[in-house]
Amino acid sequence: MDTQASDARPVLEGPDIARVLTRIAHEIVERAKGADDVVLLGIPTRGVFLAQRLAAKLEEITERKVPCGSLDITMYRDDLRMHPPRALARTDIPGDGIDGRLVVLVDDVLFSGRTIRAALDALNDIGRPRAVQLAVLVDRGHRELPIRADYVGKNLPTSLRETVKVQLAEEDGRDTVLLGVKQTAQ
Amino acid sequence: MQRHLISAADLTRDDAVLILDTAEEMSRVADRPIKKLPTLRGRTVVNLFFEDSTRTRISFEAAEKRLSADVINFSAKGSSVSKGESLKDTAQTLEAMGVDAVVIRHGASGAPYRLANSGWIDAAVINAGDGTHQHPTQALLDAFTMRRRLVGRDAGLGHDLAGKRVTIVGDVLHSRVARSNVDLLHTLGAEVTLVAPPTLLPVGIGTWPCEVSYDLDSTLPKSDAVMMLRVQRERMNAAFFPTEREYSRRYGLDGDRMAKMPEHAIVMHPGPMVRGMEITAQVADSERCTAIEQVANGVSIRMAVLYLLLGGNEPALTNTRTEEK
Repeated sequence: MDTQASDARPVLEGPDIARVLTRIAHEIVERAKGADDVVLLGIPTRGVFLAQRLAAKLEEITERKVPCGSLDITMYRDDLRMHPPRALARTDIPGDGIDGRLVVLVDDVLFSGRTIRAALDALNDIGRPRAVQLAVLVDRGHRELPIRADYVGKNLPTSLRETVKVQLAEEDGRDTVLLGVKQTAQ
Repeated sequence: MQRHLISAADLTRDDAVLILDTAEEMSRVADRPIKKLPTLRGRTVVNLFFEDSTRTRISFEAAEKRLSADVINFSAKGSSVSKGESLKDTAQTLEAMGVDAVVIRHGASGAPYRLANSGWIDAAVINAGDGTHQHPTQALLDAFTMRRRLVGRDAGLGHDLAGKRVTIVGDVLHSRVARSNVDLLHTLGAEVTLVAPPTLLPVGIGTWPCEVSYDLDSTLPKSDAVMMLRVQRERMNAAFFPTEREYSRRYGLDGDRMAKMPEHAIVMHPGPMVRGMEITAQVADSERCTAIEQVANGVSIRMAVLYLLLGGNEPALTNTRTEEK
């Protein structure tokens, strides 16, 4: 992410992101037939904010409170041994737990699929959901594992030389999705 | 490059806060139905205990198992050490077995440092108490307990203990806990006052980053946390005070003394407590005494230390002071 090119161009702006989230919220309600047993779990950092926004939209639609939490996957990563240990983020499971519920994992970018694999492992240690679904803001392709998203904000065909950076108001001060070119190491 | 945790003095403020923050997340694992993380799967940790210990050994073992490490317990009693084997030979035996980390408690001050810097082994060395020198994970769990109680669980994340007044009372001379705490609390910005009879203060205490007092009653009203130390009878080879009764009258914490502390202030004890000596049962069993909480926090702190030292391809801590270049 630090190799972000300065000439990165936005592919989604604030209003687009809001529209996309509204659509995903409606899709969740439609597919879950009312979404009464839905639990949203965001993957830190930005997935958590997206999950909170989705929860707010779901509440508007269903007029019911939707449990929303976060799921840190750091300790379940398959590349732990390849980097220095990362700082941990918060795992916050809503009070009623996830047993027998429909868990919707929320993340900003779906890329290799390894994060989601780690998230499924993490879920396994926490409970047994009725089903697990995945919602992402951007699907940029290049999967390395047999994983797909159930709800996609935007399909963004990219090359491996490109970078996709999601910025959200809660963390970065503005809502945007930037597509840049990876700067090669000098 | 190999890194170890030998002394609380080696930790920078940022390292210490990182450990405390990591421990805060680790502590949430204890609330889950499956109290296990896969993080150290396939790593072998030896608990090398040359001295008796209940809570530290069990705490390390629980932490290692919660992180899925393979645990080998070693105590000097019933091992080849009782046949005269040296630390070097024991260490090299462990090395030959392919150990990733050694948690060592030893009666001789400096044994973990020797182990880490001698070139005998490649494994990471974590000091679980050496002689009267250091016990860094105890200091970390004490700081963690203080931050939780005095600053707040979530409010404390990312913060140190700046401005908190901590009083450590009792047998400072023989206490590795006091040494480690003074070092770490100073790093974290707290103001430490040691209270003890002059005979139980070590030579050279003037150079420590703390205040010294002989009067407990005047110190209590300006303390946010009061840490009572056990009088270590097993290390008492001289008459340090006339009688136990006199000691506990002047330096023991009872209900009346506790009432002089500010309302938010907590009473800490690293354990094992000797009730009636440095602390009365009334204080030990009160809401303000965090002794049991400290034990629970110990597991979280040790998980954090193990994760940060062993979880990746290199340690996340930047301590360099103990390393010989």
